[in-house]
Amino acid sequence: MGRKQRRLIIIALSALCLAAAAALVMLAFRDNIVFFFGPTEIKEGKVQPGKRIKIGGLVVEGSVVKAGEKVSFSITDGSENVDISYVGILPDLFREGQGIVAEGVLNQNLAFTASEVLAKHDENYMPSEVADALKKSGHWKEGEEQ
Amino acid sequence: MINEIGHFALVLALGLAAAQALFSLLGAAQRNLTWMTIGRRAAYLQFFALTLSFAALTKAFLVSDFSLLVVAENSHSAKPLIFKFAGVWGNHEGSILLWVLILALFGAAVSRFGRGLPTTLQARVIGVQGLIGLGFLAFIVATSDPFVRIFPAPLDGRDLNPLLQDIGLAIHPPMLYLGYVGFSMAFAFAIAALLEGRVDAAWGRWVRPWTLVAWIFLTGGISLGSWWAYYELGWGGWWFWDPVENVSFMPWLTGTALLHSAIVVEKREALRSWTILLAILTFSLSLIGTFIVRSGLLTSVHAFAVDPERGVFILLLLAIAIGGSLLLFAWRAPDMKGGGLFAPISREGGLLLNNLLLATATATVFIGTLYPLIIEAINGAKISIGPPFYNQTFVPIMLPLLVAMGIGPLLPWKRGDMAKLAGRLKLVLLLTLFVMGLVYWQDREQLWPMFGIGLAAWVIISALLELANRVGLPKVSVGNAWQRAKGLPRAAYGMTLAHIGLAVAVIGMVGSSFWTEEFIGLMKPGDSQEVAGYHFKLEKMEAFQGPNYQARRAVVTVNASDDGGYVMKPEQRLYPVRKQNTTEAAIRTTFLGDVYVTLGEVQKDGVVLRISFRSLIPWLWMGALLLVLGGLLSLSDRRVRVAAPAAGKRT
Repeated sequence: MGRKQRRLIIIALSALCLAAAAALVMLAFRDNIVFFFGPTEIKEGKVQPGKRIKIGGLVVEGSVVKAGEKVSFSITDGSENVDISYVGILPDLFREGQGIVAEGVLNQNLAFTASEVLAKHDENYMPSEVADALKKSGHWKEGEEQ
Repeated sequence: MINEIGHFALVLALGLAAAQALFSLLGAAQRNLTWMTIGRRAAYLQFFALTLSFAALTKAFLVSDFSLLVVAENSHSAKPLIFKFAGVWGNHEGSILLWVLILALFGAAVSRFGRGLPTTLQARVIGVQGLIGLGFLAFIVATSDPFVRIFPAPLDGRDLNPLLQDIGLAIHPPMLYLGYVGFSMAFAFAIAALLEGRVDAAWGRWVRPWTLVAWIFLTGGISLGSWWAYYELGWGGWWFWDPVENVSFMPWLTGTALLHSAIVVEKREALRSWTILLAILTFSLSLIGTFIVRSGLLTSVHAFAVDPERGVFILLLLAIAIGGSLLLFAWRAPDMKGGGLFAPISREGGLLLNNLLLATATATVFIGTLYPLIIEAINGAKISIGPPFYNQTFVPIMLPLLVAMGIGPLLPWKRGDMAKLAGRLKLVLLLTLFVMGLVYWQDREQLWPMFGIGLAAWVIISALLELANRVGLPKVSVGNAWQRAKGLPRAAYGMTLAHIGLAVAVIGMVGSSFWTEEFIGLMKPGDSQEVAGYHFKLEKMEAFQGPNYQARRAVVTVNASDDGGYVMKPEQRLYPVRKQNTTEAAIRTTFLGDVYVTLGEVQKDGVVLRISFRSLIPWLWMGALLLVLGGLLSLSDRRVRVAAPAAGKRT
């Protein structure tokens, strides 16, 4: 085998690798991109029930009801509320009045079943997605005061 | 006073970095020995100045000098001493200072230990190091000065984020940085080689130990971070495909590839321009990691736009470093002639496949990490890409890599013999099938664990067989083989150990992903629960006061037929200064897995407990340890060590 042929093999192999990776990425993109929505967008019917999404907002004061490992609460962006139910231990940083992000599925009645609740935040105790949702609904100021 | 000295030393280091870059690079171009010597001295001095500066900042943290803004914002007088110390790099300013300190350390190291290198190559390496240092020192002085004062000084500080007050996380960032910044050596060697216009076997030999040092630290740093997440975040996960994790993982992947391709350069002078490109890419990914984490881009693209100074500065540095080096590569690399010939079925072929797969895997992680950022920057849509994406892209690329890992080491250099290979692989395959059968016998409901553990077994068996072949077994007598084993270079053992380490870690990943058993529920004192053959009983709840926190803990007794009769005490802590809670999991490690108990919400009719048995998790940490040990063993090999540091000969 000459140098040219060997180089050809290497190039073919690289191309194969890249093509396989590209195919995998395209396939994975189709199913696994999770979009983020705020409560207002959900009430406006922008979200198709049954699809995996993330939602975020401030936990409504007094809305948290705990029964053993089952928890339900509402989140708000100042204009609209969405009810969330969850089974499991809430993160350390979960508190009423605080911004959270939940991943899960919306049902026909526009209530949300979360499989994961995140209270990840920056120094100002506000997930960036929540801050944006508040800004979009025009309640950013109120959000800060809560 | 000491703060002023620290500040002064920082600015001085900036000047010294400029001198280091200028004198070394010009000196090398002009072949002026005096200039090159000045460049080398400047590298020492820069390291000294930064050490002084870092020491001054450390002192401010240790004595809680709240007249410094960073100390006031990130420390507290009641914090335990060890975390006051770790707090030095638990914030943006301090951590970037640590970054350049480590960079200067590597610059000084190449001045000290690189005497065996050709003089101009050494000067150019030092010069490139100086340039990188210059960029980052300018960044610190312009946007991230740790010695900014506040007046009046507050009475006490805002405390360090309690999640960061942990011994694992105290040593995690320095390790990670030693890795990230360590790759600047490979980068500097690559740029120096492009400037010199020469890459040969000797270059491969010189660049390898430095890459290995960086790789060892990065491996350690990533593992420590993962371990910290596992025991501190309280839900037993150890890898989340979070962007912060991904940006440290990408240079690890390309760095691993670099480690392997440098061997081909050293042994066969092939894959030269590819190796240079890998060195550039690896450090570029380290820089991108620093940029993404340090610019605030992750918290929010908007935060980045609101306070753009830091982000834009690093972005500019990034563009210059990556763009410049790639341009240089495009200009100079075509001059390099192709190296030694090899057949597709050969050791070189195997290493090339390793490189292809690792590079492809890096590309998928890169897309998954940056795609959401790009989409948000373009049209403002918020999307996230989580573990399922990586399970469908990264994992399928890793599977053939594991298959190749079992074959490559058995192949000879240049040209392999298919028939001979098949003969050797027959035994490996047979033993692997046996292991797969055992796994299937244990768990007939799912097939993934069988394949995953089968692949790991494939790698381990092949690595052991390769070692046996090397010492002449089974052809020679045991005593004879022992003699030969003693004569084998340490690098050979290093490779075997590292490959086995990866396989052991894979077993841990598979076990914890598929066989973990978990219970979450409300328990009252006196209640019992059965999980994975263990009997858990909540005895009582206790409250106590820590140094800078208040805590509640559950006392749980555990009983099992083979390993039982002990008490576990998971805690919930409240840090009053930041009003933040943390969960302290109680973990008991056994050979087959961890018993893992965390305390959740305390309610009026009981507490929520999360009790789980995390299968084979200790294997993951053991595997990581073996990887590091394998790297260290390789590094201690005289052949590797003589090559660069402490070499006596001048060529």
